[in-house]
Amino acid sequence: MIALPPPKPGILARREEIVAALHRLVPGESVISEELRLKPYETDGLTAYRQAPLAVVLPTTTEQVAAVMGYCHEHGIRVVPRGAGTSLSGGALPLADAVVIGLMRMNRILEIDFADRLAVVEAGVTNLGITRAVEHAGFFYAPDPSSQLACMIGGNVNMNSGGAHCLKYGVTANNLLGLRVVTPTGEIVQLGGDHLDAAGYDWLGLMTGSEGMLGIVTEVTVRILRGPEGARAMLAAFGGIEIAGAAVDAIIGSGIIPVALEFMDRPCIHACEAFAHAGYPLDAEAMLIIEVEGSPAEQDELLGRIREICGRFDPISLRVAQTAEESMAIWKGRKGAFGAVGRISPDYLCMDGTIPTGELPHVLKRIGEMSVQYGLQVANVFHAGDGNLHPLIMFDANDPASFRAAENFGADILKLCVEVGGCLTGEHGVGVEKRDLMPVQFNPAEIAQQRAIKTAFDPQWLLNPHKVFPLEALPQ
Amino acid sequence: MSAALAPAGEAGIAAAVAAAVAAGEPLAIEGNGSKRGLLRPVQAARLLSTRNLAGITLYRPTELVLSARAGTTLPAIEAALAEHGQMLAPEPPDFAALFATDQPATIGGIVATNLSGPRRITAGAIRDHVLGIRFVNGAGAVLRSGGRVLKNVTGLDLCKLLTGSHGTLGILTEVTIKVLPAAQATATLAVAVPDLGAGIGALSAGLTSPYGVTGAALLTPGGAGITALLRLEDFSSFVAYRSGRLRADLAPFGDVTLVEGDASTALWRGVRDATSLRAGAADAIWRISVRPSAAPGLVASLAQGFAMRTLLDWGGGLVWVAGPASEAAHAAVVAAANAARGSFMLFRAPAPLRAAVAVMSAEAPALAAIGARVKAALDPQGVFNPGRMRAGL
Repeated sequence: MIALPPPKPGILARREEIVAALHRLVPGESVISEELRLKPYETDGLTAYRQAPLAVVLPTTTEQVAAVMGYCHEHGIRVVPRGAGTSLSGGALPLADAVVIGLMRMNRILEIDFADRLAVVEAGVTNLGITRAVEHAGFFYAPDPSSQLACMIGGNVNMNSGGAHCLKYGVTANNLLGLRVVTPTGEIVQLGGDHLDAAGYDWLGLMTGSEGMLGIVTEVTVRILRGPEGARAMLAAFGGIEIAGAAVDAIIGSGIIPVALEFMDRPCIHACEAFAHAGYPLDAEAMLIIEVEGSPAEQDELLGRIREICGRFDPISLRVAQTAEESMAIWKGRKGAFGAVGRISPDYLCMDGTIPTGELPHVLKRIGEMSVQYGLQVANVFHAGDGNLHPLIMFDANDPASFRAAENFGADILKLCVEVGGCLTGEHGVGVEKRDLMPVQFNPAEIAQQRAIKTAFDPQWLLNPHKVFPLEALPQ
Repeated sequence: MSAALAPAGEAGIAAAVAAAVAAGEPLAIEGNGSKRGLLRPVQAARLLSTRNLAGITLYRPTELVLSARAGTTLPAIEAALAEHGQMLAPEPPDFAALFATDQPATIGGIVATNLSGPRRITAGAIRDHVLGIRFVNGAGAVLRSGGRVLKNVTGLDLCKLLTGSHGTLGILTEVTIKVLPAAQATATLAVAVPDLGAGIGALSAGLTSPYGVTGAALLTPGGAGITALLRLEDFSSFVAYRSGRLRADLAPFGDVTLVEGDASTALWRGVRDATSLRAGAADAIWRISVRPSAAPGLVASLAQGFAMRTLLDWGGGLVWVAGPASEAAHAAVVAAANAARGSFMLFRAPAPLRAAVAVMSAEAPALAAIGARVKAALDPQGVFNPGRMRAGL
């Protein structure tokens, strides 16, 4: 279990005074302090951890965020920023003595410029909301985390979210131009702008993925892209994990970068097929979903080349979609993978390590051995092109021993990822979930250096002080 | 500078830093010094070079990843990549002509300066392709950030902080970069446009098409008219199809010519290295980053102030300006960049001018204060490249 830092002395006792001040700073029905109404803010996508905050405030302007942050800075009150609360790593988990600043009411789209290929949106606009606002003109916002219907762009920036299509289009950090940010001392600053590569230190890059520790993002200038002429998927199933891995290497080695390249192992194929009836081959040990983009003729050529490459690896089945509907059918099982696993197990932990793709057979073999050792089933789905694994560990949250075993199993998987040259998290963030594993990937001097940069932004450690770094050195 | 140090290993770099800290003597940091004339001149007791930290340490073509020690030269890396049909996607320029040097750029210097070429507009900047770094901080400690995998959000992204920090926060000793397949074929559509506004319109039309334009520049030679260049790169059959479609889309902007093969490659080398700017030997050169629709206004306002040459890249979002190396011209560039809400960098000028003026856009006081604290967190004694980016930092 992950420990939370003890509340700061005196803050809890001043709760009424703090709530009254929040009411003054953010007028209207914008402050939540009743126990029952705080319930929804206790947790996020990592539901195993719960902690009610001191209060929740829901500002509608950057100036209000700055006023609340300034007040909290002045009075030494901790602050936890929150978007939609979809974090899988506990990124939005509150503290008992913290004010949660919820950005969900800052949901306006401020500007769209197709010729300059950018949109300016408030932090509480959903990821899919950006694409919805520009798709009538054939544009889209590229990063597409699987929570994209609910998750908000401010959270995407803080976690540097990825998605299934980042092999071609990159992650959040690669699709931003500028941020409006409230600093931990309550000042409003602009990082980047509406142009590329501002001179000076890359504050935009440092802030992206900083997990709400360096500032509160209130506005985001994103790059929007014109969509391709079309896209089509194919499915390739193989008799062994090593064989599928070799096919992935051969595709990338041939000079083709598919827009998506997804890998599922046998347990995952079975779970998804039972759930979605997508026609997945149940006799396969591994399956790839490969998507390409371009004109119909270009799609034909790329899929033909990939089909030819896969043909060299003795495939159990190859299915090339001929229509958009057939592509959707191929994707249907993959997109429902988490739900499918949820149906066969009362609970699951979704891990998120990344490995060098060449290590895939070794890592999946070791995960299989650990599954036996811990007595817990695991299904593997991952972004094969970039090595980002998503093992789904199935357990029963009502059984403390099962939960403990699942957490230990997950930690062992992440240690293995680091051991083979990878990392703890590819796109979900460290949050509280992987905080205590940071010393697996970084030595004490490296953690100290990162913490010193946090201190440079937030001298009192008020913003999300319980995330990302082990608690031992938390300033009192 | 009294002496140059060029240790053969990372430990030697760390030892040199520790010695400099102990002596209280600042260091000028560089690779081969191919961009020594960039930004402000550094006043330092010694020069510390990473040029002897050479060699590719890891290259996995099917994993799209390459690691090299900081002093490895760009030609050495490009040669290794070419053997596997791969490339550095951001197209790092060769500024040897602009800086009148015969030294090849090192990968450490390329990352430390984050200066990207034409493909930056769609493929991303150098900073978007840095996966991992090893560096020596101002306490002489060897640290890592990032790693060797394509997706990694573990901890604060110091790779992005150090990329483009011009050696003021740490000394890069090894970098790991994402590499990509090189295209089989390339072609350029050259459109003769009547003015800058039409030129930006043509570039935007290309960049908002579904045809995957990978370069969008405006040649503005003065007198002879303006040419919009739009580049396609992909499999041969794709380039043939798309150039036909794009040509039709661009026809409303002016006469369109198809440039193929070596001629196309040469055009883009001129844009990449800014030799197409045709700056005079005594000219100062600025790089201004703006939103593309603001570029014509920016250029028009500058043209009223002094005689100059321009070259536009990144769909009009990068404006190169060559003009007199005077404080008055610099002040005009600063004012025009600020009015366009853009960002500028004094790219090349005689040392006295570079020492006298702010060579890049000012930061708001709140951000500058954070910047000073971040600098102190990485380089507490201020030994790395003092004054390189900003006076007093």
